Amino acid sequence: MTIAVYLAIYAGAAIFLGGSFRRAWQYARTPLHLRWELYPVPHEGPYRAAYGGSYLEAQEWWRKPRMDHRGYEWLVMAEEILLLKSLREFNRRLWLPSFLFHGGLYLAIAALCVEAVTGLLGSADGAPAAALAGIGTAGCVMIIAGACWLLARRIADPAMKNSTRPGDFFNLAAFITAFGLLACGYLMRGAGTASLGELARGIIHFDRQVQIGRTFGAGVILASALAAYIPFTHMAHFIAKYFAWHSVRWDDRRNERGGRMQTEMAANLGRKPTWAAEHVGADGERTWAEVASTNPAQEARK
Amino acid sequence: MSGTVKLWDMSRKDREPLIRLENADLMPLPAPLDGAVNDRAWTRLSEQCKSRYETGLDDTCAVNVPQPKSAEEETQLVAKFLSGLDKLFDKENNWAFLQPLLLTLEHCTGCQTCAESCHIFEASGGNELYRPTFRSEIVRRLYFKHVKRGGLLSAWQHGTIEVNWPLVARLIELAYRCNLCRRCAQACPIGCDNGLVAHELRKLFSQEMGIAPREIHENGSMLQLRAGSSTGMTAEIVKDNVAFIDEDISERTGIEVRTPWDVKGADVLLIHNAGEIMAWPENPGAFALILSMAGVSWTMSSELAAYDAINYGLWYDDAQFARVALKQVEAAKKLGVKRIVVGECGHANKALCVIADRLLPGDLNVPRENYLPLLRDIVLSGKIKFDPARNDFPVTLHDPCNMVRLMGVVEPQREIVRALCPQFSEMEPHGVNNYCCGGGSGFAIMSGNNFPDWRFHVSGRKKLEQVLNAFGDCLGPETPKYLCAPCSNCKGQFRDMIAYYDLWEKNRLLYGGLVELVVNAMTDVKPGFIEWEWR
Repeated sequence: MTIAVYLAIYAGAAIFLGGSFRRAWQYARTPLHLRWELYPVPHEGPYRAAYGGSYLEAQEWWRKPRMDHRGYEWLVMAEEILLLKSLREFNRRLWLPSFLFHGGLYLAIAALCVEAVTGLLGSADGAPAAALAGIGTAGCVMIIAGACWLLARRIADPAMKNSTRPGDFFNLAAFITAFGLLACGYLMRGAGTASLGELARGIIHFDRQVQIGRTFGAGVILASALAAYIPFTHMAHFIAKYFAWHSVRWDDRRNERGGRMQTEMAANLGRKPTWAAEHVGADGERTWAEVASTNPAQEARK
Repeated sequence: MSGTVKLWDMSRKDREPLIRLENADLMPLPAPLDGAVNDRAWTRLSEQCKSRYETGLDDTCAVNVPQPKSAEEETQLVAKFLSGLDKLFDKENNWAFLQPLLLTLEHCTGCQTCAESCHIFEASGGNELYRPTFRSEIVRRLYFKHVKRGGLLSAWQHGTIEVNWPLVARLIELAYRCNLCRRCAQACPIGCDNGLVAHELRKLFSQEMGIAPREIHENGSMLQLRAGSSTGMTAEIVKDNVAFIDEDISERTGIEVRTPWDVKGADVLLIHNAGEIMAWPENPGAFALILSMAGVSWTMSSELAAYDAINYGLWYDDAQFARVALKQVEAAKKLGVKRIVVGECGHANKALCVIADRLLPGDLNVPRENYLPLLRDIVLSGKIKFDPARNDFPVTLHDPCNMVRLMGVVEPQREIVRALCPQFSEMEPHGVNNYCCGGGSGFAIMSGNNFPDWRFHVSGRKKLEQVLNAFGDCLGPETPKYLCAPCSNCKGQFRDMIAYYDLWEKNRLLYGGLVELVVNAMTDVKPGFIEWEWR
C-alpha cells in the first residue's frame, strides 16, 4: 500500500503540474486578440473602479499616463478567489455550496503544503501537526458538504439540467468519495499507522517503512487520480480565470506606436484566412491586411 | 415555460417552433402596462414566411434563411457549417477572438450565474431557449465533438448533440436572440462570455455561409462600403442634408451655424452615425452649434464611410468590420486631423475607439475618442452660458452598453446632466450594471416579419420596466418626461418601443440625445430647442 500511495502521489502531482502548465501554455500562446474588455477594470484604481470608469473618460487620453494600480487588482482578485465575490453578488443561492467546496479545497491544500514543508524540515509532529491535521480534516468535511450540495442542485434544479453533462456528476461524486475516504481513513486510522506529517516526510524521503491505513491510502490514491484528471477538464477553471480576467476582461492595453504590440499585430494581419463567403474574398493567399483593404461592394459593382 | 426546451429539441426535424411566447409568460411590467391584457398582442408569422423561411425556433423570424430545396442542399449547408466551426478555432482565420472563445467554451461549469443577469432570459419569463448557456452549450458540444474530434469519453465528459440542418437553421436564428450586451459575461465567476459565443456564431454564418440579416449586411455594411453610408446617402447628398440642417438650426436657435467639410489639419474630425442626419437632424445640428460656440477646430469628412460612424461588422463579420474602420481612419489621415471624435452612437464608439485599436498599425493609428469627454469639458468650462431652468422637467439617462460597460465611459454624461437637468434621476441599476435597450447588436434596425414584436416584448422589456420605474412618480400625461439616450441605435429602439406602446400619446414620454439637452439649456439660444412633439 505504501509504495502504491507514493507512486500515486508522485504521478498525480506530476500530471497535475504538467497538465496545468500545458493548458496555461496553450492559452498564453494564442495570438493577440482584439480588445474585448469589460468594466470595471480594477487597475484603474479604487476610485474609478468603484463606478466602472476608464481612461477613455478623458479627452486626449493618449497623452495621459496609464493607471496601473496592480495592488488594487490583486486585492480584487483575492476577494474573488477566496470569497467567490461574483457568485455572492450575482447568484447567492449557489454561493454557499460553492464557497464550502472551494473553501474546503483551499484549507486542505494549505494543510497539505504546510505538512509537506514541515515534513521536509523533519519536524512534522507535535501540536502544530495535530492542528494542521485538524484543518485538513475540516477542509475535507467542507469539500464533502459543498460537493453533496452542488450535486443535489445539479440533480434537482431544472435550471442546471441543460448544461449538466454526465461527467459533472462523476466529478462531484469523485470528490465526495476521495475526500470522504481521506477524512474517514485519517480519523479512524489504526495505531502505528502514519500521521499526516509522517506521511509527508515519507513521501519526500521515499520511506517505505511508513505504515498507511487501507482506507486512507485508497483516499490518497483516488485524490491523486483526481488531481491528475483536473487539468484535462473544465475544472481547470483556476487557469482559465487568470487568462479570462487578465487577458480579456481587464486587458485595456493601448496600441502605441513602436510598441511590442505592433509586432504581434503585424503577425496577425499577415495571417491568411480561408473563410468561404464570397464577400470576404479570402482565398488562403490574401492576408487579413489585404482582405481589409478590399471593398466587396465596389468590386461587385465593377 | 422554464425547463421545457431541451438541447436536443434543436435538432428536431419538424419545422414547428420550439416555443411560442404569450404575454402571460413574460416578466410583468409596471403601470401603465401591468397585466397581460394591457400589453400589446403579438403578431404571428405569416403563412408565406413560414413556407419560405426557416422559422422553427420561436415563431419569430429575424434572418430570413431560405428553406433548402433538397436533402443534398441540407447536407451541403451542414458541411459548410462544420467547416466554418473549424475555422472559428483556427488562428489563421480567427486570431481576433480565439483566446476568449476557447476560454469560454472549455471552462463553463453551467452554474447559471449568467442567466440571472440576462435581460432577455428574465423578460421571457425564464424561457429555457433564451438562457445564455443554452446556445453556448450547443456550440460547446459541437466544438468538442467536431473540432476536437472527441470520442465516447469526450461525449461523456462534455455531452453530445446531433448536428443536422434543423439544428443549424435554429442556431442561425438563435444567434440573433442576444443583444451582445455582455452583462452575462460581467457576472460570470470564471469569465466565460456567452455574448461572445453568439457573436462568433454570427461570424461563422456570415463569413463562411454568407448568411446574415439583410438589414445589417446588404442594407448595412455593404451599402456603407458602396454608397458611403448605410442610409444610402452619398457624399453629395449628405452635404446637402447637413447644409439644410445648418440652416434649420440657425433659424431655430438664432445663432448662425455652418458645418465645415474636409478641412485639412483640423483638430477634430467628427463622425456621426449618419442615421442621425436622416432621423434626428437636431442632433448633428446641436453638435455643430456646440462645437462652433466652444471655438473647437473641427470638420466632417466626405470620404466614403467616413461621414457615417456606424460599423455593423462589429456585430457579425470581422472582415466588414475591419474594412469600415480602415476607411474611417484613412479619411482622418488624409485630412491630417489631430483626432477622430465619434458622436452619439454606442457601437460606433466601441468599434472605432476600442475594438479597432489592434487593427491599426503605424500611422493608421490616428487618435480616436468618444465625444462625451469633449462635451463634458465644454459644458463645465464656462465658455458657454447655461440656464438649467430651461431643462426643468424629469430626465432619466440610459447607459448605452457599448459606451459604458464596454468602454468605461460612465461619468462624463452624468456630470453634464447633473449640471444641466435639475430633475435628473437615475434608473436602477445604472452605469456599468445597466440593462441593454433591447435594440443592441443590430436589433434596432431589424424590422422584418414579426421580429419587432419580439424585440419590444422580450429584448426591450427590462429596459422599458426601468424607464417606467424611473418616471414612476410622474407617469401621467400632464408631465412631459425626457428619456436621454446618447446613442443612435438605442434611440431607434426607444422610438419604436415608445410608439409600439403608445407612451408618448398616453404618458408624454419623449426620448432624445444628450446634445439636445445641452443646447436646450444654452442661454444664448432661443428657448424651446427641444420641441415636445412626437417624431
